[in-house]
Amino acid sequence: MKGILKLAYKLLVNDKAKFTALLVGITFAVFLMIAMTSLFAGVLKRASATVVNLGASVWVMDQSVQTVANTIGMPDYVLDAVRSMRGVRYAVPVYSGVALVKLADGTYQACTLVGLDDTSLFGRPQLLEGRIEDIYGENAFIVVKDTEFPKMENPGVGTEFEVNDHRGVIVGIAQVASSGLFGIPTLYTTYERALQYLPNPRFTISYVLVEPKSPAEIPNIKLQVQALGYLGLTKDEFMDKISDFYMYQTGLGMNLLIMTVMSFIVGLSISGQTFYTFVLENLEKFGALKAIGAKSRELIVMILFQASFTALTGYGLGIGLCALTIALAKLKLPDYAAMITFWNLALAFVMVVVIAAVSSYFGVRKVLRIEPFDIFRG
Amino acid sequence: MANPAITATALVKWFGEGEAKTTALREVSLDAYFGEMLYIVGPSGSGKTTLLSVLSGILRPNSGSVSVEGSDIWNLSSDKLADFRLHKIGFVFQDYHLFPRLTTAENVAIPLILKRKNWAEGIAEANKCLEIVGLKGRAGLPPVKLSGGEQQRVAIARAIAGQPDILIMDEPTASLDGDTGQAIVGFVHKNILNEKRCILIVTHDSRIYEFASRILKMEDGRLTGVEKGGLA
Repeated sequence: MKGILKLAYKLLVNDKAKFTALLVGITFAVFLMIAMTSLFAGVLKRASATVVNLGASVWVMDQSVQTVANTIGMPDYVLDAVRSMRGVRYAVPVYSGVALVKLADGTYQACTLVGLDDTSLFGRPQLLEGRIEDIYGENAFIVVKDTEFPKMENPGVGTEFEVNDHRGVIVGIAQVASSGLFGIPTLYTTYERALQYLPNPRFTISYVLVEPKSPAEIPNIKLQVQALGYLGLTKDEFMDKISDFYMYQTGLGMNLLIMTVMSFIVGLSISGQTFYTFVLENLEKFGALKAIGAKSRELIVMILFQASFTALTGYGLGIGLCALTIALAKLKLPDYAAMITFWNLALAFVMVVVIAAVSSYFGVRKVLRIEPFDIFRG
Repeated sequence: MANPAITATALVKWFGEGEAKTTALREVSLDAYFGEMLYIVGPSGSGKTTLLSVLSGILRPNSGSVSVEGSDIWNLSSDKLADFRLHKIGFVFQDYHLFPRLTTAENVAIPLILKRKNWAEGIAEANKCLEIVGLKGRAGLPPVKLSGGEQQRVAIARAIAGQPDILIMDEPTASLDGDTGQAIVGFVHKNILNEKRCILIVTHDSRIYEFASRILKMEDGRLTGVEKGGLA
């Protein structure tokens, strides 16, 4: 069988024009499919950045919250009620909002402001410069060094700015697991300072972050939160909720899905038609092989091998091209959100397998129908 | 005469149904022997190619039997029939049907590859066959770089690569000029025919009759006569 596969390989790659057309078609389709889905994956990851970075096991929120950025303040009694629930080891408040910061040069920059629980500093970021206890200092803020950091004019420890006519000073520079979606820098301070510096509505707790005594307590805690009239979600559930919002309620998911499907159709059309033409051009030769003594299943194996080889080579090239494009884009556009995940790769792989299967199906049908007698008849 | 390589009995083959029905073979019976070059001649539409296809296990007859070396080939399963063609028959097609994207040696090696020889062994044996047909130096070229006569020799080399007992040649001189055609068939007679091999040739070309052992004449799906060839 190895010799037959080599024969199939040579018949395929020696037809350079057709092979190139097939590869270009599949590579382009894979590139587009992965580019679209990786962009979506990147957007979804960034949309959940605060959830990832704060890292709480259970989040308690208003039932109308759709994304982590869309906070609805909860009254203080919710925190007390949650702290008294069975199975809760501890619960802390967190503030999440947007602040308009006036920089030293007089320009204004919107920032995500996270106010951490004063007592525990639960969800604090990892510091690159400075000490975490300095966050208790007067007007102290910690800035996250991510792709948005330069928008704060690359501040160092001691850099001053204004927030809502209050003086602010950078006491630490931190890093976090994920940058936010909206292209603005992130500042951390204490919960109390966040409330002091920013104008607030009547209810001020954005979320209550809960650590259960054990993972087994989580369902029970969620039920108790629900009985209180609020919503308790695990970290993964909250991220799924945010993903669902962007996927189904913003049009983003549908648009990317349409683009992905179009890429698939383009790839399928180009590759399917080219491969079918390739088989048609070699049909008499396949008939001659049949006459010589090749069995139908050997011809099927040859065609499947040719289709699979082309599909997998195109798949690899498409991934490489997409990774290269994302890397180059990130050099020029640090905010570029695309990220290739295993799911992107798996989805593109399934689509490539479908392209190969459909392309080879029509070729196989044609080859099975050719009669060696037609070769004699001319 | 030696043992019969092929015995065909009362072969009938028709195409189509009803008013479109065309009978290509009408009760054709014949014997072909090892060591002979048997020509099948006749006008276009007389059933020569159909007969060749039925005898070589390519086209199933509506009735009658074909026995090769004592076994009825039309009782074989399709896989066994493919094996029979691979091991017992060598084909030289009218249009050669060489793969333009493969080298000459790779084309010749195809029956060996189908017989599960590994690639290197197949190419080595193909080179020997090319040497037999006088194309030793052309092994690495694609067929399109060869002349018509050379391509015909490549097709012959491919047909004999599997060392078949029966060689089937369909209009071997149709695409060649008179001298080249004669040279090719003369070459086959001299170098390929032996007492353990039977060669069946369908042709219109009376200039190559001199190499025939016997000539079967066909007309309207029937054998109408047998003549002794130039070698009888």
